[in-house]
Amino acid sequence: MLLTLLEHNQGKLNAVSLETLTLAHNLAADLSDSLEALVVGEEASTLVDQLSAYGVTKMHLIQDDGLKDYAPEAIAHSIVQVMDTLSPEAVFASGTDRGNEILAHVAAITDLSMAANCVEVQPGESYQVIRVRWGGSLLEEAKLTDSPKLLTIAPNMIESSPAVDSATCELAIFKPTLDEKMFRVRVTERIEKASDKVSLAEARVVIGGGRGVGSAEGFALLDELADLLGGAVGGSRVATNLGWRPHSDQIGQTGTRIAPDLYIACGISGAIQHMVGCKGAKHILVINEDSEAPILERADYAVLGDLHEIVPALIDGLKKEEAG
Amino acid sequence: MNVLVCVKRVPETGATIILTEDQQNIDTRNLGFAVSPHEECAVEEAVRLVEEYGGSSTVLTLGEADATEQLRDALALGVDRAVLLETDGSEWDPRATGQAIAKAIQLQREQGFEFDVLLFGNEAADSGGYQVGVRVAHALDMPCVTGIKGLELKDNTALAKRETDSGWEVFEVSIPAVFTIKEGINLPRYPSLPGRLKAKKKPIEQVEPQGEVGGLEKVRLRTLPTQVSEVDILGTGPETASKVVTLLKELRLL
Repeated sequence: MLLTLLEHNQGKLNAVSLETLTLAHNLAADLSDSLEALVVGEEASTLVDQLSAYGVTKMHLIQDDGLKDYAPEAIAHSIVQVMDTLSPEAVFASGTDRGNEILAHVAAITDLSMAANCVEVQPGESYQVIRVRWGGSLLEEAKLTDSPKLLTIAPNMIESSPAVDSATCELAIFKPTLDEKMFRVRVTERIEKASDKVSLAEARVVIGGGRGVGSAEGFALLDELADLLGGAVGGSRVATNLGWRPHSDQIGQTGTRIAPDLYIACGISGAIQHMVGCKGAKHILVINEDSEAPILERADYAVLGDLHEIVPALIDGLKKEEAG
Repeated sequence: MNVLVCVKRVPETGATIILTEDQQNIDTRNLGFAVSPHEECAVEEAVRLVEEYGGSSTVLTLGEADATEQLRDALALGVDRAVLLETDGSEWDPRATGQAIAKAIQLQREQGFEFDVLLFGNEAADSGGYQVGVRVAHALDMPCVTGIKGLELKDNTALAKRETDSGWEVFEVSIPAVFTIKEGINLPRYPSLPGRLKAKKKPIEQVEPQGEVGGLEKVRLRTLPTQVSEVDILGTGPETASKVVTLLKELRLL
């Protein structure tokens, strides 16, 4: 049996969970084995219909009063108890902050190896996996020999699709035995962000600035352009490290991953750290003085020249358009 | 208040990654080395914690002898001590790495160095295993909060903040504890010249790493198929702005 930990938001599966399920149900079909799911949170009971389409035969709902808010170590202990009862061949989670964290706890408790952020899995005595390195800019072929197998699936690398053979998913309640110590790491407070601006991750147009912007003040131009286009402004690691922009605006491997319709990259050379963060963009327009900048190899459109002249001209052009 | 920060030496890749012929490693002949951005911030956080609360800081790495360069970089920023778990440069999987670091920390303890706060990067820049910090926490029976961008200490508790899509999650844990750091928790300082000179003279303590490699074995690395796109050069200079406006209309963004 294959077991998949699923993340959901108020009873709705997120896109990454569907990707993980897709890989898992394909693998279950190859192995002629069954696929079962693990979820936390009462609202998850509505998920069974969706899971049937993805070939899941049973959904184990982990139930404990202490799990009303996020407690990774307690969730991991619950999963280990489910594993002890059901002896799955493999346990999957999504390669998200939470998925990787929870499965790392499971790996530590059971002293098993874990392969993070896999994109392909070939079963066998040992699993042959392909996983991502360097935030997605390099692939590694690896062998996972421990059993049961623990794997997380890299987000946004697999196209999700329902199973060819749907199943009838049955709901099972699992009540773990948890002691106080297992809750030593839990969310004790939440602070909501108030923002009326479109977020970097969700914006349809993103304006990015790098070393070529030259200063914190230089970003005012990019902000003005973003306002006219209803977009968001981000920066390369150089720009955030120089303090021209807060780190929360960083686009890159250690910042935000963006996926806009158009990414306008101003004065950015295109280091891997940055390109990993913007590879979800449908189109890239580069504004750069350097016609040899590596970012041009990944760009669809380019305007060569000084961004401090080109961006104001573009702002003027857009204002004229607006005025009709 | 004593802080331990663990780092990993990784190549500073440029715009493209080139592999060695046997596909086992990145070809580093023309590359410099560094620690990941998350770990740069973890080192800075260690120095700041000691500046604010007193005590001492220690940097530790598992890696080949050349990794002393990264230890000295941390010493130059104000870390007090450095420990090298020297390997022959071959790759240690995350389980073995966690075991070796946990054993080294126990050894430090026997020598009288107790740590209240243990810092790691959220994930290694190169191998991206997302687990060494968690494994060390379990081996030492400590709580662990991953991916944090804020840390405050008060008596024997720590408030660790993690950023989410909608705001912040706050975890209150007792120390000693392990925290894995994300870039953005602070803005790392640059080393001063006296700091660099002092770092050169500091001893590097050597410990034989003990860990059982196996479980997850690298077979080979592969580069991604490069999607070099055909770039349409719209023009040069501010006169091109009208063409960009046309493009925005074509893409239905206006």
